Amino acid sequence: MNTLVRENRNATEQRSEQFVTPAASVIEDGDVYLLNVEMPGVNKEGLEISVENNELRIIGRRSLPEIDGTLVHRESRSENFRRAFELDPRIDTSKISAHIDQGILTLRLPKAEQVKPRKITVS
Amino acid sequence: MSIVRYQPPETVAWSGLNRLSNLRDELDTLFEMPFWSNFGRQSQLFSGWSPALDLYQNNDNVIVRVELPGMRKEDIEISLQDGMLTISGERKSETAEGDKAERTERYVGKFRRSISLPTQVDVSKVTATYRDGILTVTLAKAEEAKPKQIQVNVA
Repeated sequence: MNTLVRENRNATEQRSEQFVTPAASVIEDGDVYLLNVEMPGVNKEGLEISVENNELRIIGRRSLPEIDGTLVHRESRSENFRRAFELDPRIDTSKISAHIDQGILTLRLPKAEQVKPRKITVS
Repeated sequence: MSIVRYQPPETVAWSGLNRLSNLRDELDTLFEMPFWSNFGRQSQLFSGWSPALDLYQNNDNVIVRVELPGMRKEDIEISLQDGMLTISGERKSETAEGDKAERTERYVGKFRRSISLPTQVDVSKVTATYRDGILTVTLAKAEEAKPKQIQVNVA
């Protein structure tokens, strides 16, 4: 099986906004691919997902409530998330769906009908 | 409290390391002292997952925020002992039997983070919320640890 989603690292576009690359995983589950992307602190409103020329682009903006206090120790990063993937052409881009739950964005990418193995009966 | 620069995870999750990271959990419990807990964190080799942790404080509270995407609330454990806050848990794998993971960079398995708190806290006043994959623990400072305004009467 060929790779479903190839990461597009040289996604052109120069922007002044700084991003970090979120960790992701791809699972093949029968007729669909599931793409999970870790975006802690991002909710539904902060997501921007687009598909253009077979490129899936995901931007997640953090919306963390401000904490009233002085920062003593910090390990988290403040940058928003961005990642782009090159989609396998067999994916039916009109049927991609997404949801986010506790900082994990899950995208369902169904394969187009003709990709499914079909049994041809000889009459 | 010693401050260790956060090292973002670089190695890809590898199931073979699970066994070793369990061993590391064991070692962590042995060395559960402020110095060791931070020291141990520097060796990324055996730590499968070391979530980022931020610490804030104001006059009344100490606030700890940890990035824990994709957990179930009941799989997060918070404990407080001798001025040391420990947050641990386990993230279950979501790959069902028969699924094929094409590539994965996400960690599954156990984690444990400990941090020594900068002041005494009131153990009975600890609250935690988990939202958008972020755990926020608010610990009320003990009365004696709060800054006090001292009135000076000038005659």
